[in-house]
Amino acid sequence: MLGLGPLFLGGCSGGVLDPVGPVGANDAEILIDALLIMLGIVIPTILLAFWMAWRYRASNTKAKYLPNWSYSGRIEAVVWSIPILTIMFIGGVIWIGSYRLDPFKPLPSKVPPLEVQVVSLDWKWLFIYPQQGIATVNELVVPTGRPVHFKITSASVFNVFFVPRMGSMIYAMPGMVSQVHLQADKPADMFGVSAHFSGDGFSDMQFQVRSVPEADFAAWAQSAKGSSLALNGAAYAQLAKQSRNVQSYAYAAVDPQLFHSIAMMKTPPGPGPEPAGPGHAGREVSTVGRH
Amino acid sequence: MFGRLDWSAIPITQPIPMITSVVIILVILGALGLVTAKGWWPYLWREWITSVDHKRIGVMYVLLGVVMLIRGFADAIMMRTQQAMAIGGAQGYLEPEHYNQIFSAHGTIMIFFAAMPLVIGYMNFLVPLQLGVRDVAFPTLNSVSFWLTASGALLVNISLFVGEFARTGWLPYPPLSEGTYSPGVGVDYYLWAVQISGIGTLMTGINFVTTVLKMRCPGMSYLRMPMFTWTALASSLLIVAVFPILTATLAMLTLDRYFGFHFFTNEAGGNPMMFMNLIWAWGHPEVYILVLPAFGIFSEIFSTFSGKPLFGYRSMVAATLFICIVAMMTWLHHFFTMGAGAAVNTAFGISTSVIAVGTGVKIYNWIFTMYGGRVRMSVPMLWSMGFIFTFVIGGMTGVLLAVPPADFLTHNSMFLVAHFHNVIVGGVVFALFAGLEFWFPKAFGFRLNEGWGKAAFWFAFIGFWVTFTPLYILGMQGMTRRLQHVNIVEWAPMLQLSLVGVVILIAGAACQVIQLVVSILQRDKLRDTTGDPWDGRSLEWATPSPAPFFNFAVMPNVEGEEAYWGIKQRATEEQQLAPEPNYAPIEMPVNSAVGVYTAFFASVGGFALIWHIWWLAGLALVAAFIGFVVFAWRDVHEFEVPAEEVARIDRARRAARAAVLAQLAQAKGTAS
Repeated sequence: MLGLGPLFLGGCSGGVLDPVGPVGANDAEILIDALLIMLGIVIPTILLAFWMAWRYRASNTKAKYLPNWSYSGRIEAVVWSIPILTIMFIGGVIWIGSYRLDPFKPLPSKVPPLEVQVVSLDWKWLFIYPQQGIATVNELVVPTGRPVHFKITSASVFNVFFVPRMGSMIYAMPGMVSQVHLQADKPADMFGVSAHFSGDGFSDMQFQVRSVPEADFAAWAQSAKGSSLALNGAAYAQLAKQSRNVQSYAYAAVDPQLFHSIAMMKTPPGPGPEPAGPGHAGREVSTVGRH
Repeated sequence: MFGRLDWSAIPITQPIPMITSVVIILVILGALGLVTAKGWWPYLWREWITSVDHKRIGVMYVLLGVVMLIRGFADAIMMRTQQAMAIGGAQGYLEPEHYNQIFSAHGTIMIFFAAMPLVIGYMNFLVPLQLGVRDVAFPTLNSVSFWLTASGALLVNISLFVGEFARTGWLPYPPLSEGTYSPGVGVDYYLWAVQISGIGTLMTGINFVTTVLKMRCPGMSYLRMPMFTWTALASSLLIVAVFPILTATLAMLTLDRYFGFHFFTNEAGGNPMMFMNLIWAWGHPEVYILVLPAFGIFSEIFSTFSGKPLFGYRSMVAATLFICIVAMMTWLHHFFTMGAGAAVNTAFGISTSVIAVGTGVKIYNWIFTMYGGRVRMSVPMLWSMGFIFTFVIGGMTGVLLAVPPADFLTHNSMFLVAHFHNVIVGGVVFALFAGLEFWFPKAFGFRLNEGWGKAAFWFAFIGFWVTFTPLYILGMQGMTRRLQHVNIVEWAPMLQLSLVGVVILIAGAACQVIQLVVSILQRDKLRDTTGDPWDGRSLEWATPSPAPFFNFAVMPNVEGEEAYWGIKQRATEEQQLAPEPNYAPIEMPVNSAVGVYTAFFASVGGFALIWHIWWLAGLALVAAFIGFVVFAWRDVHEFEVPAEEVARIDRARRAARAAVLAQLAQAKGTAS
């Protein structure tokens, strides 16, 4: 275990301990702090256990044998106190950390946040940029140094929106809107995932995340405008069908009410698997939507 | 006629389930053939299948648990192999449709059909013995409980061959598990298997609460009960409190799927979040239902192998009940990331970490039990030391996950997977293997081979850490769980290292099997003639090994904590056994086929409901009800064991103990 702490720290480039922004950094700091607080008691406890077993091994006749000793008020007081004090300390970390890092809480910043609406579909992610009037599938581009306000819902089943290097994940749930505020402080190419199992195409619900300078972001948004696709009712109905391993692409235009309509269930939820043909009693073996 | 069932339900094109099924069917047919050829049916029927003896039922529970543990382990091997292979562009050898069934089956089987039967099996075997009584409160109900659990296990295994199993994870979260997104029979197999076995578990809970509260031998006050019995009581109380929640939640999902209700659907005002809350209101206490008896097992082992009473017995009882209560107040930590808000997350984060106070106290009490002891490093003690190391680290990562901001990075990650295996394998499974070693002689009359036991422990211990340390690291790298293939090639080394760990674990499992075979071959050498092979402290060691069906010829009279230790101390001091008691006839419950009969029709009924064969379901229900009525109208429910028979069996035990005493006296004489 002694070696495990540094192993986590060292072996994690690209992971949650290599954050690009304030949320991830604060989450990771709390994780490391809590780990160190507990290691302070866990390591001595393990050593004590092994020392005790060694010292009082049956073959060691030098150790005192106390066949009836089974109570000591002082030791009892100590063994209750150690975990209580540790947990009180951790409780403080939990309390302060939960309030400070509440995902719904906006990040302090001089610049207004970028709004992104996120919809999890079977099995891809839709990112709507209402301020830019564009939308992308499986690609998230954010301006470096500007907070991003994500509003998240699901068009079918539960998923979790998670970009490990940006920090806090949050559920995407049908009929509900959750929020998370994240920020990337340096340009980076990252990955995002769904962190909640959502069905057969789940493994490919991975999306690219790029943090780019403000100017590049504007240029990228402009280039998305050049896409030949528009996200209207018919295009969305097609998108809501199950499909796997979808390559990223952009929509030049998007219905501004779409996110609200999905979250409020005014747009029908994802249809699920297409009915299996005859000859597959009770087994869902259709390969519908496989690319 | 046959609902949704037709020949296409057999996955004839998929080699893995087909070959497995054929092998399993051949093994079962072979076993049945052997039993028939050797004429063992009457013996099996009389002594096991219809037995209401708590020890026999306990052994059958353990056997079921071990078989299912092997099945679940096979699933685990397949999962780890798949993830080690399917990296980058590779797809591995399991399609998502198959892989998703495997991890769902792995979780379901390990919790409901391996860990639960094993824990309940130990409770069955030990609680009446430790309380100094002859049976549980409701012996026939106990048999029904067991057979219903077996019925659930059977349904899960049938899904391998007929249809499919759930592809939703071991807890079928809606809306994924609703008819829209999972139209196949997989979720239905899950629902009926868990419901049928859940009823058995609930009855077990009621049975053991009643047994402990109402059936203790003279002098066995609450604060004289052995620690395992205390934890069995706490666990049974939790079963009674939370299994109805599971039943109700799954019933609601069943109504959604079968009759178009909208408890948890997307449409018509359904709320899937309610399912998460309800299922974890059962699911989190479930963890403690499993781990509390494991703590009880370790308590017995630490004290016996240190040659000392348990340190801080009352403190241990308090910590157990503390955990029992707080366990029901922590469920929300399974979804901190649903955005419930800072206040709610804080409350549940703190309540979760508070449990660590109870477990922390227990760890220290076990350590101080060794203080001033004569610690014998036998196999049960090796598992116990391995447990302390593993469980303390698992507890630590658990508290990390209970810190909401840390959970925001690690929820549902491989870090989480490593954590809960860390506590369930390191806590529950290690306890079960320790307990197997410890109580095997009591059940079968001979000890297990020590060398193979030690080998099994070391392979399991090292294999465990080689398997799961990489998963902790992968979690930190952002890898989420349940991936059928992995797109990030940097994760390959850790996934492959984890597979190496699995290979070591396989070696451990092989040692365990070899140990059993070797021990059976050497059973005469390993025979336990005294009934007390470990110098035990509680009443189960006062009986001969194996214990007679009536357990105690006369009810023991308990005069302090550690009842049997006290009796032995007195005998050693006075250099003689207590005077021979007056033997009286004993009333014992008669065998009953109602358990196996009910479970047979429950299995048929469950299968019929899964495949929408309504007439058969109705028929099975009526048949099961007839069994119940016939049982309720029985005239004879006990039989008498004559006093001479009791005396004959008990005199043999006394002779063995007298021999031990004489040996002790002689040893003392030579020493002085």
